[in-house]
Formats: sequence, C-alpha cells, structure tokens
Amino acid sequence: MTATLFFVQALNGLQFGLILFLIAAGLTLVFGVMDFINLAHGVQYMVGAYLVAAFSAWTGSFGWALLLALPTALAFGLLLEALVFRHLYDRDHLDQVLATFGVILFLNQGVKFVWGAAPLSVPVPELLSGSVEIANGLLYPVYRLAIIAAGLVIAALLYVLVNHTRVGMLVRAGASNASMVSALGVNIQRLFMVVFGFGAMLAGFAGAMVAPILSVEPGMGDNILILAFVVIVIGGIGSIRGAFLAALLIGLVDTVGRSFAPNLLRLVLDPAAASQTGRAIAPMLIYIFMAAVLFFRPSGLFPVKR
Amino acid sequence: MNVKIKTLGLAAAVTLAAAPAMAQEKLKVGLLLTLSGPSAVLGQHARDGFQLAMKDLGGKLGGRDVEVIVVDDELKPDVAVTKVKGLIERDKVDFVVGPIFSNVAVATHKPIVDSKTFYISVNAGPSNLAGKSCNPYFFATSYQNDQNHEVLGKVAQDRGYKKVYLLAPNYQAGKDALAGFKRHYKGEIIEESYTPLNTLDFQSELAKIASMQPDAIFTFMPGGMGVNLVKQYRAAGLADRIPFLSAFTVDETNLPAQQDAAIGMLSGSNWAPNMNTPENKKFVAAFEAAYNTVPASYAMHSYDAALLIDAALKATGGKTDNKDAVRAAIQKAEFKSLRGDFKFGANGFPIQDFYLVKAAKRPDGKLQTEVVEKVFDDYTDAYAKECTPTN
Repeated sequence: MTATLFFVQALNGLQFGLILFLIAAGLTLVFGVMDFINLAHGVQYMVGAYLVAAFSAWTGSFGWALLLALPTALAFGLLLEALVFRHLYDRDHLDQVLATFGVILFLNQGVKFVWGAAPLSVPVPELLSGSVEIANGLLYPVYRLAIIAAGLVIAALLYVLVNHTRVGMLVRAGASNASMVSALGVNIQRLFMVVFGFGAMLAGFAGAMVAPILSVEPGMGDNILILAFVVIVIGGIGSIRGAFLAALLIGLVDTVGRSFAPNLLRLVLDPAAASQTGRAIAPMLIYIFMAAVLFFRPSGLFPVKR
Repeated sequence: MNVKIKTLGLAAAVTLAAAPAMAQEKLKVGLLLTLSGPSAVLGQHARDGFQLAMKDLGGKLGGRDVEVIVVDDELKPDVAVTKVKGLIERDKVDFVVGPIFSNVAVATHKPIVDSKTFYISVNAGPSNLAGKSCNPYFFATSYQNDQNHEVLGKVAQDRGYKKVYLLAPNYQAGKDALAGFKRHYKGEIIEESYTPLNTLDFQSELAKIASMQPDAIFTFMPGGMGVNLVKQYRAAGLADRIPFLSAFTVDETNLPAQQDAAIGMLSGSNWAPNMNTPENKKFVAAFEAAYNTVPASYAMHSYDAALLIDAALKATGGKTDNKDAVRAAIQKAEFKSLRGDFKFGANGFPIQDFYLVKAAKRPDGKLQTEVVEKVFDDYTDAYAKECTPTN
C-alpha cells in the first residue's frame, strides 16, 4: 500500500509542480530580465482560467476554448503591459509592488463584475475524461496525466527556445545585463514586451489547464502567486532551468510531505501527537525547504551570472 | 458599493434633518453580509432572499415603510465592526440582519447588542452566542453551527458505518464541524485530516482515502473548496464506492459549479428547495425568476428574517421604542417559516427539524438538494442549556 500510495502522491506532486512551473517561468523571466516585480502575475493565471471557462461555454469544446484563450491571454498581457506596466519599469520596486497589487484588486473585482462571484466550472474534455486505475481502487484521471504531459512539453519547448534561438539568447543576455544588451542596438523595449506577453500567456495556459479540475473563482491566483515566488527564489531569479527544478521540488515536497509527515513522525511519537504535529508541520515544509536552500545557496539553485 | 452606501446614508441623514416631523419614520434595517471575495455568493443569496421578501411584503414591514441599507463586511471582522458602528450611530438602524460568517458575528455582536439594536443572524450561529454569551437582543433564523454536522454524524451512526474518514479545512469552523459530527457518531474515526484553508487540489487526500478504504467520509468544505473536492472525488471513482457525507459543501451555492459530479451526495440541512409547502414553492419559483438561480438556505433564512420582523412589528403596531415588547413579539415568532415547524428557544436560536438531503437534478436540468429523510424533530442545539436568560 505504501509504495503505491507514494507513487500516486509523487505523481500528484509532479503535476502540481508542473503547473507551478508554468506560472513561475513567466514570473522569473519578467523579474530576472526586466527587474520588475509583477504581483499581478497570479491574476493572469486567473484570467486564463476565466477565458477558457467563457470560451468553452461559448464553443462547447475545450480544445477550441484553449485555442482561443491562449491568444486572448497573450493579448491581455500585452494590453496590461502597454497600459500599466510599461510606465513602471524605471520606478523602484515599491512602486511596482503597489501598482501591480492594485491590478490584482482591480481584476479580481473585474472578473466578479463580469462573471459573478460564484465559482465557475469547466467540463473536462470528453477525450480525456476517463481514468486509469493505478492503485487498489484508486482511479487516476487521464486529464491529470495530460497536464503532466503538457507541462513537460512546454518545459522542453522553453528549453529549446531559451537556449537555442536568437530571441532566447537575447533574453538570457537581458537577464545578465539589460543595459549592455540595449547598448548593442537591441530594442530592449520590444524584448521586454515579448517576454512579458509570453509570460502572461504561460500563466494563462496554466490557468486554462487547471480550469477543468479546479474551480474558477475570483482570487484563485493569489495563493499560487506566493508559491510561484517561492519557486523562483529557490530556483534563482531569471533562470528557467532553476524554476523548472524548483517547481518540481516544491510540488513533491508539498504533496509527499503533507501525506507522509504524520507517518514518519509516528516512528518517534505516539500516533495522536504524530498526526497533530504532522498536520502543523506539513504546510510549513516548503518554507522550511526554501530556508534550507537559501542557507546553502543564497542566490538560489541556478543563479544567473551578473 | 461603499460609495453608494455612504451616499445613501448621507441622503437619509439629509432627508431626516429636513423632515423631522414625519408621522412615522421609515423603519431601518441594516443588512450586514459578505458581498466581496470568493465567498460573496453566500451573501448574495442572503441579500436577494431579503429583497425578495421585501417585494412580497409590498416594501413594508409591520405596516411601516422600510429603508434597507446593505453593507459588505468583506469577511473581515474589523471592517465589519466599523461598518456596524456606522449602521448604528449614523443610520440608527432598528435591526441588523446578517452576517454569513461566525467570526464576523462574534466581532460585531457586542457593539450591536450593547446599543440595544436587534441582531438577527441569517446564517452564523457560533456556539458561544447560543450558550454562555447568549443575549436577549440576538436571534438566529438559521441554526447553531454544529447542527448540520450533527445530522451527518447521526446518519453515519444509524447506518452502521464502522470507520469514517474526516476531512476539513484547518481553521476554527473546520474543527467545530468535525466536533459536531462526533457528537452523535460513536464509531471509529480512522483519520482526521485538516487541509490548509483554501486548498483547491485534493488529489493527495483522495489517494489516502482510497488506500484507507473507510465506510464513509464526512467533510466540511464551503465554497470553492467544496466545488473542487466534489469534482475530484467523482473523477477519482470514489463517489460510487465510499459515501460522501458533508455539510455546507453540496448546496445551491456550489451546485451550479459542481454540476453532475455532486448528484447523489448527502448533506444535512434544515430546509431544501423541494419542500412541499405552498409558501416554499412560491418562494423558490419567485427567487429563480428574479435571480436565475436556485435559492440556497441562506436565502431562505433571510427571507424568514424579513417575515419575522414583519410579524413582530405587526404585533407591536409598528412601534419599536418599547424594546421588551418587540423582543416578546420576536420570541413568539408568529410567522409561517418556509421550512415548516419553527419556534425560538430561550437562547434565541430556532427549535426546528433537520433533514438528510441529497443533491439531485430536476427535470429542467437545474440542480438542487432534496429531502431524503427527517433526522431530528424539533431539535434544540447543544449549547442552549448553557444560556442563562438573565444576562
């Protein structure tokens, strides 16, 4: 039982980690390349989920909804960039935090205004609605396996894009020294815009992918944003590779720790105390983990060289 | 919202100042509800229920014209206290109706009852307000918080479930819910699992449940948490094998999002939209026509609150200056509750029936909860005996 349970929990951790990665990837680029703290990144995740909910109600198909939601999320990200964020690049971090926090409040109210406060549901696409039995009597939804697959594909694409294309090279160069890149004749403004729109689209994609399994509701991006920040800090700000590894670690530590911390503690404590302490420790695990990583590697696992 | 309320309040103050010699002033009722944030839908049901009652009563309570002032407590006790002070000191309301959440109720209780304003809860029923801190100015048209959970504990006990898995968010109401369940359930509890508040992915809990094979699970997951848990529970194939007992999880605020995944899941309640009385049928039909959604119990409680105030003021001839007379009239509760049997206990909480309800799909495709069986008859809450009527 324990081995299969562990396997299932590892799978859950992997899936959670990949969703985190999709969000953190955009965040780490924006933060690393543009030195811009975007608290509104979680809101873009929420917007992605709402877009897919709206489009799937309209078209009746998740596939079409996803196809429509992605460019819309991209356009929305670019619109935000042009309207708000562009004017903040030269301001200090406090201004950015305040302004992007304002965007969070505005958009959380905005989606409530448009779609109402009640959670929305998105049906799981017919093709992926089945499940496979992986443990004794436990069905694992195919859709979650699809999320894992999609996350891995995006990670691979990002790897190629960042490490083996000209745009990726500019992005990496921008992360190391933005003013030098600008001095070499690259239109840094446009590079920022591309990075920003792309990050927004990735977050929107994450939101769209989880819409069928989570409820779509105002404020759904706020909690996950904190975890995304934990991920980019552990991974090293500006590093896609670091974000990938850190996201998977956080996913695993959180999921597996939550379910096995009480069991482990049972070895040294009596069962009642173990489940009590386990319950208290489990939510802290990722932060303990972050503190430990930062103690040994203060600038994260894969710091960008400056 | 805020601005509107302030303007309303200001307008009210101006009109009052301009016309001090009005024969009978408007009755003022403050609705204190959570209308923003992820739980706003609960407050919306309560607000809409009250407004619908006002419409059905021709805009009058006890023969007096009424001004309803709606304020949003934002689910923040400190914000709620500030707004309550505004209602009492600036607007001089005669009744405060609300709130949804117990932490708001506890924080606002003292300022309201100290000012000798009647406080009528349409959902929150924390144990201390039903017991030791009961107050002659506080009434609830809902229930004491534990009671819906007790229904499921009793059902689990009666159906002979030997081992049950408990799951709740890690905060006060979650712990109270599990305590309420355990009041009547005497079997083995194989796990008491607490997830962080606002957890949305329950896959790892589901894996644990599948491996432990309990006879049933009991959970309390209000709002978006409940939507996710139910959908994921169904997708994991557990819904057909392990009975899903819950309270405040599968209800009309969540069913529109849970859809078919919730069908057949059991819950505890003091009312269901399909209850077969002419008043209730009319209420449900009118609510759906006006707000395009099946009403939840929050709407029913606040509809009843309006009927209650109406009946009490009819008994006093519309007067509110003699507080004892108003209280005696409220206590008698001479109105026809949508839920059927209803009377107040000495602590201001209802003595009423509780039912096991089940989520079902109506012929028109909308989902609602429907009564399966009556579990408690004329049931008094467990804290009523701690309430001494003298304080």
